[in-house]
Amino acid sequence: MEELRPTFEVRIHGRGGQGVVTAAELLSVAAFDEGRHAQAFPSFGSERTGAPVVSFCRFGDVPIRTREPIAEPDAVIVQDPTLLHQVDLFSGLRPEGYVLINSSRDLAGLGLEELRERFRGERLLTVPATELAREHLGRPLPNAALLGGFAALTRTLGIDAVIAAIRERFHGPAGERNAAAAAACFHHVEHELSGVVGA
Amino acid sequence: MLRQLEGSAAVAETVALCRPEVVCAYPISPQTHIVEGLSDLVRAGRLEHCEYVTVESEFAALSVCIGASATGARAYTATASQGLLYMAEALYNASGLGLPIVMTVANRAIGAPINIWNDHSDAMSQRDCGWIQLYAETNQEAADLHVQAFRIAERLSLPVMVCMDGFVLTHAHERVDMPSAEQVDAYLPPFEPRQVLDPAEPVTIGAMVGPEAFAEVKYLAHAKQMQALDVIPEAAADFEQTFGRPSGGLLRGYRSEDAETIVVALGSVLGTIEDTIDELRDEGVSIGALAIKSFRPFPLEEVRAALGGAKRVVVLEKALAVGIGGIVSANVRMALSGIQLHGYTVIAGLGGRAITRRSLRELFEAAIDDRLDPLTFLDLDRERVEAELRRMSAGGRSGPHAENILREAGIVAARSH
Repeated sequence: MEELRPTFEVRIHGRGGQGVVTAAELLSVAAFDEGRHAQAFPSFGSERTGAPVVSFCRFGDVPIRTREPIAEPDAVIVQDPTLLHQVDLFSGLRPEGYVLINSSRDLAGLGLEELRERFRGERLLTVPATELAREHLGRPLPNAALLGGFAALTRTLGIDAVIAAIRERFHGPAGERNAAAAAACFHHVEHELSGVVGA
Repeated sequence: MLRQLEGSAAVAETVALCRPEVVCAYPISPQTHIVEGLSDLVRAGRLEHCEYVTVESEFAALSVCIGASATGARAYTATASQGLLYMAEALYNASGLGLPIVMTVANRAIGAPINIWNDHSDAMSQRDCGWIQLYAETNQEAADLHVQAFRIAERLSLPVMVCMDGFVLTHAHERVDMPSAEQVDAYLPPFEPRQVLDPAEPVTIGAMVGPEAFAEVKYLAHAKQMQALDVIPEAAADFEQTFGRPSGGLLRGYRSEDAETIVVALGSVLGTIEDTIDELRDEGVSIGALAIKSFRPFPLEEVRAALGGAKRVVVLEKALAVGIGGIVSANVRMALSGIQLHGYTVIAGLGGRAITRRSLRELFEAAIDDRLDPLTFLDLDRERVEAELRRMSAGGRSGPHAENILREAGIVAARSH
């Protein structure tokens, strides 16, 4: 049986400039919009373009007091698969945790088959978020798509709240396109998961 | 209205609701988002009757605020770390002249070695410069304290620093109940200066004072801070009445009334401490916390009343007085003068070192067993320190400490000779 924890904790890995900090912020706004308590913060430092960057988001139904970085996340989102060989991305991830990686390859293609032995296979997923972003935004910015994928994979936040948070942050056409990318990735993951269940 | 927003944005918008007439600041991490936010509000016309003055340094920023305040304008600035040090001379001028400027300090370490992360070294270095110092535990409190700070400052004609942990609070997005303009206007009366530079009625502010009167003027600065021991709780009580939530004050106890062990701290680390205390309380351990909200003035009597019944007191502080150890703990000991109890000083979180529940739990357990040294450095890597001490004692040119320690940690590969 899974340990009951008062908050769900997400760690997001990417590179400076990819919107790692914004992703955590958007998750926290989505949780807030659902009436929950949420806290998002970056791995404090001088965020340089291209350097590995980490951000964190906790959310739950009780006020959040702790300020420590998330060492044992319930979910890890990887925006940039080139980090796989540079950073210990899955450090501390809980045995029942979720993994969402931005890649058009599957886990085996990324050399990550071993993750299936450490974690629950149906909770590990790669999504072609950059490709979806190119299609909907015309730019390779996978952030919004990944958040849609996160909503589908973990079911901890509703896709409506995620899309509302995206529209709050990005106005006009940029908001609509990012919302479309999030929705597309949400449906992509739902489809993938129905395949897993059926298999 | 409840909103999910960055701490810096919450502070910038709340300061704007306080209707400052002059904002003058120089950007420095992690304070920058606050003054960027205010400059946006001024430029967009959302903060009317306010001049945002750009300057070339922190010294100039506070000097402009001093000039503005002396003409009767409500003045605000913000800084951090080395920026606060660069203001040092002007800090004493602002308080010595009795000018009610409000400043946010987005707490950050002081170099060398250069470090942009959070601790309390900056504000603590200026603890005796005559400014009132208030410490926020959350972004809600950081926002609320600014409204209270203008009222306290103007009531006493003294400057106030609102200290909030850099990055930990300034860059965190969380829920903040943002006040309305009507609420702030109801709580904060227009600024009525005690002294005004006015060409129509010329006066001198800042005269030279010799030995015949200097001590008296300085005593008045102290007397006003002692008055603040009454004004700060009043401001907090009125705030709660107007806004419907507690914020600020001198102190706040957490499960401390009957506690055998009480942990004393300032700022955002209290949240992590409270979670740890709840874990221990669930296991039957008699432990609580005391948050010091006003560090200057230091509420000696209230601290004595809050801690005097405990068996042991652990003061956890994010600054180091090199050559002696604790700063907060020295003040706490003065409050406990004549009372016998075990007192421990813990230096934690220097330069942004994360303070985790795991480390706190081990620390508190060691304190409860009275296994703790009088001065403890939380999570210090002894091996690295010992290696460097050995290198030094071997004689010769052992090289710079910072680079040697980084190499030990595998962070830089460069060799020294």
